[in-house]
Amino acid sequence: MAGKESQVRIEPFLWTLFSAGGVVAAFLVPVHLFLWGLAFPLGWIQPPAYERIVALVAHPAARVYLFVLCSLPLFHWAHRFRYTLYDGLQIKHLNEVINFCCYGGALLGTALAGYLLWNLP
Amino acid sequence: MKSNNAAPGYSLFHPRWYRPRVSTYWWLHQWSYLKFVLRELSSIFVALFVVITLLQLRALSHGPQAYADFQKWMKSPAVIALNAVSFVFVLFHVVTWFHLAPRAMAVRFAGKRVPELLIVGANYAAWVAISVVVAWFLRGG
Repeated sequence: MAGKESQVRIEPFLWTLFSAGGVVAAFLVPVHLFLWGLAFPLGWIQPPAYERIVALVAHPAARVYLFVLCSLPLFHWAHRFRYTLYDGLQIKHLNEVINFCCYGGALLGTALAGYLLWNLP
Repeated sequence: MKSNNAAPGYSLFHPRWYRPRVSTYWWLHQWSYLKFVLRELSSIFVALFVVITLLQLRALSHGPQAYADFQKWMKSPAVIALNAVSFVFVLFHVVTWFHLAPRAMAVRFAGKRVPELLIVGANYAAWVAISVVVAWFLRGG
């Protein structure tokens, strides 16, 4: 019972992260994905040089931006993927494993993003 | 000596539940269901984008040579194909998210509900503006 109550308390918080991640994924991810994933590698647009990118991410604001860009969409994924597994495959009985993998993955990605951004030259 | 058949034990009345079995593939039966599942699955590609961005940050921290290798890897056909699929799914997320926004949060102005189209339109306008700003920061050279 205690477990259930704590889950009820954390649910609105997780939903807020999902929602914020959805906003980031909608407003920021497409342009990044288009440039880095298609336009730059296919030579449609000249990519920024290594030195320029290093200079860009040297700014603390850019690091905060990249941290948000990496972290929030992962929580968005965790929430959606969790419910897709629940309903899509009807495996709600695996609830604990799914939660652990989804939110664990999001936390791991957030930690990795923090570590990488902190240690950038 | 009591036999089970002769004297059945008392049991509470327990109606048989009516639970129609839902096929595991219920979401394939109707376009609107499939659209819902595809929308939810778009989150996988959003997560994939984050993973690739993390790889990029790692390459950046390892120096120019590692970054050149990363760029070469991004140019391989398989990665480009994957990114193209990701981009389509992310665009699907954008459209569904923007059209969901006015329903999830009813905005009122001067006592009247702001028309859905206006909110959706404002979302798209902001989206274009933000994309242009990001692209300007990432301009080549």
